[in-house]
Amino acid sequence: MLDELRDLYQEVILDHGKNPRNFRHPEDANREAKGDNPMCGDKVAVFLKVNGDGIVEDAAFEGRGCAISTASASMMTELVVGRSEEQVKTLFESFHEMCTKDDHEHVHHDGVDDEAMEKLQVLAGVRQFPMRVKCATLAWHTMDAALKGGAKASTE
Amino acid sequence: MNEITKVRQELETGTAAPFDVYEVRKDFPILSRTVYGKPLVYLDSAASAQKPRQVIDAMVSCMTEEYSNVHRGLHWLSATATTRFEAARKTVQRFINAREDREIIFTRSATEAINLVAASWGRTNLREGDEIIVSQMEHHANIVPWQMLRTEKGIVLKVVPIDESGTLLMDEYEKLLGPKTKLVAISHMSNALGTINPVKDIVRLAHEKGVPVLLDGCQGVTHLGVDVQDLDVDFYVFSGHKLYGPTGVGVLYGKAEILEGMPPYQGGGDMIARVTFEETTFKGLPHRFEAGTPAIVEVIGLGAALEYLMGLGLDRIAAHEHDVLTYATELLSEIPGVRIYGTSPHKASILSFTLEGAHPHDVGTIIDRAGVAVRAGHHCAQPLMDFYNVAATARASFGLYNTREEAEALAGALRRVKEIFG
Repeated sequence: MLDELRDLYQEVILDHGKNPRNFRHPEDANREAKGDNPMCGDKVAVFLKVNGDGIVEDAAFEGRGCAISTASASMMTELVVGRSEEQVKTLFESFHEMCTKDDHEHVHHDGVDDEAMEKLQVLAGVRQFPMRVKCATLAWHTMDAALKGGAKASTE
Repeated sequence: MNEITKVRQELETGTAAPFDVYEVRKDFPILSRTVYGKPLVYLDSAASAQKPRQVIDAMVSCMTEEYSNVHRGLHWLSATATTRFEAARKTVQRFINAREDREIIFTRSATEAINLVAASWGRTNLREGDEIIVSQMEHHANIVPWQMLRTEKGIVLKVVPIDESGTLLMDEYEKLLGPKTKLVAISHMSNALGTINPVKDIVRLAHEKGVPVLLDGCQGVTHLGVDVQDLDVDFYVFSGHKLYGPTGVGVLYGKAEILEGMPPYQGGGDMIARVTFEETTFKGLPHRFEAGTPAIVEVIGLGAALEYLMGLGLDRIAAHEHDVLTYATELLSEIPGVRIYGTSPHKASILSFTLEGAHPHDVGTIIDRAGVAVRAGHHCAQPLMDFYNVAATARASFGLYNTREEAEALAGALRRVKEIFG
């Protein structure tokens, strides 16, 4: 049991949780959305700057949440920069599957960046903690809503 | 003389048996199970309490031996089930010392009981500009029904503030009581902080201005007991499942003279005297407010739970819970980085806290693996969380079956969180 806890709270996650990257509100963001998890009251706002070619030039977030949700948001903002909207959506789908399905059930999405998925692997521990999957995916759902032009995302 | 007064006298005269928590735990089958290979340490009774064998047996016996619909049917089973059902109503009457059993309305939950008052009493008696007083520490169930009425009627909600310790500011309450106040709706005891509100003063001050009072007794009735006649409260609501009874049943107590002036809440069977397509006449209390087949098995289970609690003695339970709460508070106060929310001198049974550097959700997950079940979240009291400027807290809540050893297990598990979070 303690191994599962160590899987969930790996050093990388604790580090991103304590010192989140891109924790700011960029003034030139042109896409943004707010997300909340009604179960715990956690909130996140995701800001993106997408250029005319559909490439994410900047990504940032603000909000309050647990170590898992903060680390996930922090890593997400690092990984999406430089990618096209399509690539980001594919990454989100792969990440969502990683958090919710066993390895053998994963579909390999065309165009997914294996290196990025490898970095996100540290969050795969949430699979053993079904109540915490929403924590790991909140920022991603919010980013997806921002890309789709929606203003709000909710884990409900 | 009600049961609580009786037990109090027994305690004073030394004729009461001591409270043996280890013996009492044997009544609760679930407490002997393990979680993740660890003994279950259940510290979430404020969300819902575990059930003693006496309740489980009463419900099984009802379904295996004496089940039928109630208040209809001439056959033996229906008569027997009706007798048992109505006996449970009398048990509730005795438990809260209501004057008459027809003042006890069975609902689906405490939430439904508040909605009943809002829809029936509120719609009939409130006009635009009328004011309802609630408090900063209310559960959403005692906020949202009034907000819905506000949208419909244009009434105004006034909020009694609290101080940093989570104590109601009674001076401010007195100031809020004005000519436009039509109802005071406040919790007997806070589910998120454990604060016990001075409900007798709250009722007295309101009544001096001719204002009726509704008390949310979900926590209060469980940990403190209530004598509704002594309080002179107009409405008192609570749920069954926090009282070691089943889910799906709640209670609305209302003074008969007020309930009699209220229109039905829902229409249907069981609440009518005579129906034609032109006109329907309604039954009297309490059936007028109990449309449809009620939660028969659950009501009987609730009756068994209350008999069980009266048998143990509410005062003895309260004294035991206070001992465990005090001990747990001491243990947690010794852990660096722990902040306790709710430090009112008058509190019971609830220990809400945060741990510096670790979000309550992370705390909850980690200690769960040690078998310790607490609630981590906003406790359906988001305005209160806003007051303390936190999204959530972790909350350990103690029931009659919790022990000092379990408080130690909580403290030990929290030290483990600190190891992981450094």
